[in-house]
Amino acid sequence: MLLAGSTFVLLVAGALVTSNDAGLAVPDWPTSFGSVYKVPPMVGGVRFEHSHRMVAELIGLLTIVMALWTWRAEPRRWMRRLALGALALVIFQGVLGGTTVLNYLPPAVSSAHATFAQTFFCIAVLMAVFTSRSWVATERLALRDEGTPGLRTLSIVLIIALYAQLVLGAAFRHVWTKLGPTGANRIAGSEIVGTYLLPHVVNAFLVTALLLWVATRVLARYGNVPTLRRPATTLLFLVATQLVLGFGAYLARVEWGRDAAQPHPFMVWSTVAHVVTGAAVLATSVVLAAHVYRNLVSQEQEQLAGDAGKAAAI
Amino acid sequence: MALSALLSLLLLIALIGCGKKEESTEQSTSETPKAATPMDKSQVASVSGMAMFTGAAPKPTKIDMSQDPACKKSGAENMTETVVVDDKGDLANVFVYVKDGLGDRAFEVPKDKVTLDQQGCRYHPHVLGMMAGQTVEIKNDDDTTHNIHPSPKDNKEWNESQPPKGSPLEKNFARQEVLIPVKCNQHPWMKMYIGVVKHPYFAVTGKDGKFTIKDLPPGDYTLAAVHEKFGEQTMKLHVEAKKDVSDQNFTFKAQ
Repeated sequence: MLLAGSTFVLLVAGALVTSNDAGLAVPDWPTSFGSVYKVPPMVGGVRFEHSHRMVAELIGLLTIVMALWTWRAEPRRWMRRLALGALALVIFQGVLGGTTVLNYLPPAVSSAHATFAQTFFCIAVLMAVFTSRSWVATERLALRDEGTPGLRTLSIVLIIALYAQLVLGAAFRHVWTKLGPTGANRIAGSEIVGTYLLPHVVNAFLVTALLLWVATRVLARYGNVPTLRRPATTLLFLVATQLVLGFGAYLARVEWGRDAAQPHPFMVWSTVAHVVTGAAVLATSVVLAAHVYRNLVSQEQEQLAGDAGKAAAI
Repeated sequence: MALSALLSLLLLIALIGCGKKEESTEQSTSETPKAATPMDKSQVASVSGMAMFTGAAPKPTKIDMSQDPACKKSGAENMTETVVVDDKGDLANVFVYVKDGLGDRAFEVPKDKVTLDQQGCRYHPHVLGMMAGQTVEIKNDDDTTHNIHPSPKDNKEWNESQPPKGSPLEKNFARQEVLIPVKCNQHPWMKMYIGVVKHPYFAVTGKDGKFTIKDLPPGDYTLAAVHEKFGEQTMKLHVEAKKDVSDQNFTFKAQ
């Protein structure tokens, strides 16, 4: 839980770096202005970039502690593997962050850094869920997954659609920042909007429809199961917030911020809020899928279990 | 999973290593400059004109320097310089250069350095012209650290920090490129542009919108004027021996 909460803070710190156009305020890596331990004057863009690095180091340490603790104390083998995977991912993510700095923020690498950040956040949230008392101490409900397609399928499709949404959003954000009108001015704003933002907006409608389908199915059929109801309700609240924030971020970044001399507070906070709410939507959908897979049994599984029961009786 | 992550890590380290190697190679193998083409100085002429703006010019906006106390205390005039136009429509900071018509002529790269100064957390000048291979001396007169970060398309990108009142940096750009955006990632309002050409026939319009390009040999040329916001305009130009050409005016319109 501590790791997941700290990772959320790191997401905010990372989003602040991009929104403040401070990704290269500290030009070197892994050192900061040539030093491993000295804290540079925290002014201008350095405040955002170096803070991000410090929080990231803390997350790295926490992940090492979590992995060691899981390896020693956790009886579930797959959990130990998940902890190791999280550790590998956090190292990879750190190197990816350094790579983007050393290569002057190529949008592909920066977008990958943003995408893997939310992937790590989802893993941290999942680990918190898997080690929670409610998960460990309760039995599976083995409810029938009614409807076609089933919730088991729908919840995975939702995650894939949300992940695609994340990639599209990150691509737009980093292409605009690096090459757009307020960056190097290499690509016309309208071209970036058409190529990168439009697919993100179109997919937003698809994702919203899918999310509404999943959430209403959960609430209609399993509304009495708190572990399913809570993430479904949270998703409905988050997606409404996210749509408003997305529109606000568009206005602030594209319409009002196209000729801005510098990042304005409304642009910074609307875009940061949009990024981290998106992360919250993704993580909540992952949590919902975990509970769906735990508590709902597909019709095939049910049939197999029934056949096995009959065979045992014979 | 751990193994694949480790392999990815090694691959990335290798990529970073490759990047570094490429950087050092590019710096050490500078192209041998071609010998300057002889020119009859008695036949040359100058070209002058203006950059004008029509329509409602975007108003400069106030820059908020509160992020860095050292910038705030400088007391500089904190307005943007994206569009600098006076009441008469004279447009400053337009880079004017001979885009075409010089053929294969080669020109000696000036030994003199051009200067880019950082003062009051702003770049001086806002638009700078220089020849490919010429040295630009970058100074920091502020009590704060700056990053100098050009984002060229055809030249090598770099990003270096310069401590408060630190030693000047000396840099050059190997290839012609108009315009290279330069920014400071510590102070996001700090932006300027460098026009790099492979000949000495360029100028930047002053506050009065005027420019003069001197010592152009007789010939037919394409003259280009580039503004950071309004883009490029071109015109055909005929230069006769020893006959100065004036009133080569460019008019930019609001977008």
